[in-house]
Amino acid sequence: MIRVFETEPGAAVVFKRCDSAAAAPKTVLRQQARSDIPVKEEMPMKLMRLAALASVLVLPASLSFAAGHGNYPDKSVNYIIPFGPGGESDITARHQQSFFKTLFNEDLVISYKPGGGGAVGWSQLNGMKGDGYTIMGINLPHIVIKPKQKNVGFTTEDITGVYMFHYTPDALVVTEDSPFESLQDIIDYAEKNPGKLTLSGSGKGTANHLAQIRFDKMAGIKTTYVAFKGTGKAVTALLGKQVKAEWGYTSVGAKHEGKVRMLAVAMDERHPKFPDVPTFKELGFDLVSGAYRGIAVPKSTPEALRVRLSEMIGQINADPGFRERMENDGMALLDVGYADYKTFVDDKARVYLEAAREASVIK
Amino acid sequence: MPGVEYALAALTLFNVMLALGGVIAGTVIGSLPGLTATMAVAVLVPITFSMPPASALILMGAIYTGAIYGGAYAAILLNTPGTPSAIATTFDGFPMAKRGDGDLAVTLACIASVMGGLIGAAFLLGLAPPLAKVALAFGPVEYFWLAVFGLTLISALSEGNLLKGLIGACFGLLLSSIGIAEISADVRFTFGSQVLLGGIETVSALIGLYCVPVLIDLVATPDRHLKVTHQPKGFRFLESLRISWAGKINLLRSSVIGTLVGILPGAGGSIAGLVAYSEARRASKRTKHFGTGEPEGVQATESANNATVGGGFIPTLVLGIPGTPPDAVILGALLIQGVRTGPNLFTEEGSIVYTFIYGLFLATLLMLPVGLVIGRYAYKIIITVPKAMLVPTVAFMTMIGTYSIRNSVSDVIIMITLGVIGWILNRFGYSPSPIVLGLILGRIAEQGFVQGWTIGAATDDLATMFFGRPISLAIIAFIALSLFYPLIRTRWIGRRRKVNAD
Repeated sequence: MIRVFETEPGAAVVFKRCDSAAAAPKTVLRQQARSDIPVKEEMPMKLMRLAALASVLVLPASLSFAAGHGNYPDKSVNYIIPFGPGGESDITARHQQSFFKTLFNEDLVISYKPGGGGAVGWSQLNGMKGDGYTIMGINLPHIVIKPKQKNVGFTTEDITGVYMFHYTPDALVVTEDSPFESLQDIIDYAEKNPGKLTLSGSGKGTANHLAQIRFDKMAGIKTTYVAFKGTGKAVTALLGKQVKAEWGYTSVGAKHEGKVRMLAVAMDERHPKFPDVPTFKELGFDLVSGAYRGIAVPKSTPEALRVRLSEMIGQINADPGFRERMENDGMALLDVGYADYKTFVDDKARVYLEAAREASVIK
Repeated sequence: MPGVEYALAALTLFNVMLALGGVIAGTVIGSLPGLTATMAVAVLVPITFSMPPASALILMGAIYTGAIYGGAYAAILLNTPGTPSAIATTFDGFPMAKRGDGDLAVTLACIASVMGGLIGAAFLLGLAPPLAKVALAFGPVEYFWLAVFGLTLISALSEGNLLKGLIGACFGLLLSSIGIAEISADVRFTFGSQVLLGGIETVSALIGLYCVPVLIDLVATPDRHLKVTHQPKGFRFLESLRISWAGKINLLRSSVIGTLVGILPGAGGSIAGLVAYSEARRASKRTKHFGTGEPEGVQATESANNATVGGGFIPTLVLGIPGTPPDAVILGALLIQGVRTGPNLFTEEGSIVYTFIYGLFLATLLMLPVGLVIGRYAYKIIITVPKAMLVPTVAFMTMIGTYSIRNSVSDVIIMITLGVIGWILNRFGYSPSPIVLGLILGRIAEQGFVQGWTIGAATDDLATMFFGRPISLAIIAFIALSLFYPLIRTRWIGRRRKVNAD
């Protein structure tokens, strides 16, 4: 499939792919290669190419049959979002929804199970039917931090993730007319006025909050983090000048273009939508972070279905239309499949837990 | 009128059908306790992907506005707010229904909802960009004071029994702090139970505290559910029109309050209804009759909560900040369609915005016939169905409704538990309203206070933070007025009597 895109004359498509591959962490290339291998081994090269072409051009459903994974899915798949409707977890799931239907010819039905910042949903996940027709959205750092705060009915290890498909990178955001023109301005101000720089952000122990803790440590400054219920309210506080800056996401820059300015983004490379905004890395701070989203299944889901689901989500992620929509919303794509899920979460958990412990978000 | 050329675009057969279908579906969904406007809109999102953005907006706006009105049925006929927006409708709506004026109350609610909806939409049409600034002017401290203002309503609601009202409110405040705290992420008062982890969900608490006691009483007493003084004939439409005309100032004031509160992203329909209710009560010559079946009370809340629809769209479309929870879903759907919200939407993409706003006008107008007809059937069903059928049916619906809010069995357990507690408390003279006010406003007050305190402490200026901002001061003045008005009023009347006697 990937080959087909690359030989495609559409320059925009090629450009997007290059950019986002570069933007995502190193796991990307490894995973893309890996997810292709089993398919190739199972059938002759020529047939594979034909199937791939067909899947893109004419018959999207053909690949799932040709790949020999039985008839899954042969009915609609229930996709539970452990947050309320209208949030970023919901919107990204909605983006996946239409591509799921085109690629696999079955509906992806989204429902919500909000409560306790996701804990209500995740604590019930393993009690659900593991037949591949129930999947649930998962979020980092939530699934790492929450169980360490108190008994919330699940542990990080209880969650069987099959794919992490994107992340919304953290970004330091100010209003368009703010006197802070660069990251250095922020650091200078905070150095002169310890604790007086107020920054809004979404929630406590969240990606925004951990980014604030880690950045303060890296830069040797002290700032005041003000937690709001959700990104929408944190942005409102910034636009209303209730706070001086916001630890937000690149999606804030995309949604409120013209009204806010991002001083730096926590990515490996610059975001394709914001080529003028530097990364923290360029400015000398090793901060690559954000809200990572993925999909998990109940523990009882058989191995073959976990692998199949991982491939399917990877396929959606590889769709140029999907990538374009996501990047336009300010997201960054990520391809961490089933095989790499555990290593990925373990790596992130180490960093999160250290930061959270230092800020006594957890004991 | 801006964008009047798009009025015709809103009137295509497709759009009219969407508006009509949306209003019907919304009204029915809203009338079922537990099925909220947010959910109704969320279910529709996938359907709207294949539509042009303006039509998608019209459909979602129609469902939304219908659902807010539909909440009035359950509030009036069953004493159960179908949506949080209809809490204050129960105060006078149910007593009206009890004494046999349920049909009148439903028709009055319909006219008031249409009025409120039209005024809210008119503000959206004419003044959206400047009014959106209100959303930004409200900071954490303002929300804190607004919630405190809402809590002062308890003194009005529990006249003659202030102590019990305050105890109820404290119980509600305690309930509001159960579960994982929204902004500090602390786990509080769960006693190690998974059931309480997600906190007390507002709508399930409403159903438990308001509806379950009514159901238990229905079983426990031989009386009919509602008194029937006359054979239901017609809509009592002319009578309602006359009352509405007499209460035009009330309707206008409540609609403006509804629009303004709707603009505030942290407030919503429940607060709009409560504020409008308390203002109507204060301004009325019949203050004493409020809470005993006063039509003005129903008019105030129903016009205010439907005005929040138009009001809520103002920050949603201008700033990309959802004014109410259903707006958040609608905003998400627009994002997926590739529509960017912002001030430019009104200038560059007028075809979408103005077509939608005229569509919203259309949907609101259609609510009049739709609401009257559905309302009449709802009333007839409630008064004619025998109790042996009514109770199990409503009980079943409340279970389904509660479960469906967040697909959670825990919420059903909490709903039933609160219902039993509510029934016992009712017997000792504690009414559910102060508890619910505490539950809803407690969260808003707590968040606003913690955030305001954090910001104030960081800048070493807590006093100015809480008492030095103009909007805060204005709200504090209202709080003082609301608290001491009964006192001032009695004095004033007393002095006048004295003067007259001299």
